Amino acid sequence: MKNALRISCSRRNLKVVRDFVTEYLTAYQLPDLQLNQIVLAVDEVVANLIIHANSEDESQHLDLALDVRNKQFGIEIFDDATSSYAPATYHDPDLQEYIRQGRKGGVGMALVNRIMDRVEFSTQGNRNVCRLYKQL
Amino acid sequence: MKITQHASANTLTLTLDGELDASSSVLLDAELAKPETLKFEKVLIDCQRLNYISSAGLGVFISHLQQFQDAGVKLVFFNMQDKVHNVFEILGLDALMTIVPSEAEATAF
Repeated sequence: MKNALRISCSRRNLKVVRDFVTEYLTAYQLPDLQLNQIVLAVDEVVANLIIHANSEDESQHLDLALDVRNKQFGIEIFDDATSSYAPATYHDPDLQEYIRQGRKGGVGMALVNRIMDRVEFSTQGNRNVCRLYKQL
Repeated sequence: MKITQHASANTLTLTLDGELDASSSVLLDAELAKPETLKFEKVLIDCQRLNYISSAGLGVFISHLQQFQDAGVKLVFFNMQDKVHNVFEILGLDALMTIVPSEAEATAF
């Protein structure tokens, strides 16, 4: 089973990432809602890395590696952007305020934090790595 | 993502077919941003074939809702799949937007 993927930083590759995670998890026969949630959380982090951290520069790449151990889903997402996401800057979104302001973004990390059991951002050597975990 | 439009006297129905992510949501945003959209009393979103939504898709609806409300346009979602509805629920958006089970209920809203 393929458990690693390299993509260039293009929004078009979000579908490739979703299919990769879905295909890997097919063997675990997860309920529809749970499968969709995990795929969504990965999609949100990857979209942020492509659009914000790497400014959709297609010469840049993300490396993904996932596995399931002891019924725990885990994924590592590596990138080489000079800036990395600072989780300390996260604020739970006030949706009524977002609606009033007509805001388009800012709810992706709320989805990730609410869906996954653990969300970690760190650096490893010269690379940034995001790790997501969820008990199945 | 394929978006099909159907306009009647006071209702615009947009049928969404496919996946609404950070790539495809640009199309939907362009549709909802058209000035003529605000001339309808209701904008109904048929979600039967909407298989996926990410925060970018939700963001399109969040960003237009106030403008719709200010213009007196009702935005109503119907035929939403459970896994898509679940994403609205995770954020509590199901309490802030109008989501009904069927087209008949959306039309009557």
